[in-house]
Amino acid sequence: MSDKAQMISELKEIVKPYIQDEEAFENLHEDTNFITDLKINSANLIDVILDVEDKYDIELDNDSMDKMLSVKAALEVIKTKISEK
Amino acid sequence: MAHEEIIAKLPYQHPFLFVDEILAVDENGISGSYTYKATRDFYKGHFKNNPVTPGVILTETMAQIGLVSFGIYLLSKSSNAESEIKIALTSSEIDFFKPVFPSEKVIVKSQKEYFRFNKLKCKVEMFNEIGELVCRGKIAGMMQE
Repeated sequence: MSDKAQMISELKEIVKPYIQDEEAFENLHEDTNFITDLKINSANLIDVILDVEDKYDIELDNDSMDKMLSVKAALEVIKTKISEK
Repeated sequence: MAHEEIIAKLPYQHPFLFVDEILAVDENGISGSYTYKATRDFYKGHFKNNPVTPGVILTETMAQIGLVSFGIYLLSKSSNAESEIKIALTSSEIDFFKPVFPSEKVIVKSQKEYFRFNKLKCKVEMFNEIGELVCRGKIAGMMQE
């Protein structure tokens, strides 16, 4: 599995408890939006962010939070934060 | 921030204010008390001829002391005290152990799990006057000024 595929599957595991749209979740891909596709509410999106921090041992700020609305954006933010470590 | 100031900033009033007193508060947690007057309307219907404080009211009391009062204190550290706070309950998961009868006083103790990106999540417990655990659980909400 490539790094990216691996990260997508890790991310899928993280968002799983918070999603409302099962079909969008099953078909999760890079362009999947957390709010409009998976129907995660804004309070649970914060839990996703905190779980991402724990998983990758990074700290996310307000800017990262605002950006992390899709799988693709999340991967970019995570990669950037890991490289800054 | 003084304990009375916290209560004055709460966005509730009779008949839906369930905070009498803040007993202690710091960065990590809060405790407060409330006494359910026997004349409360909900006792007429919950239950017929057998008044017991409804679980939703206990949960509301836990949220008003453990989350909203606490959140007002935490927000006062970082922003201007004049603005109105906006709040929304986002989740609650409570287990109940003992009934609370009319005229009973309860103590609510809340410990912060996290307060980040305007979401406050706490571990909250309620005790009766003889120190028995009434209910406990986790409550979260969004709070901002």
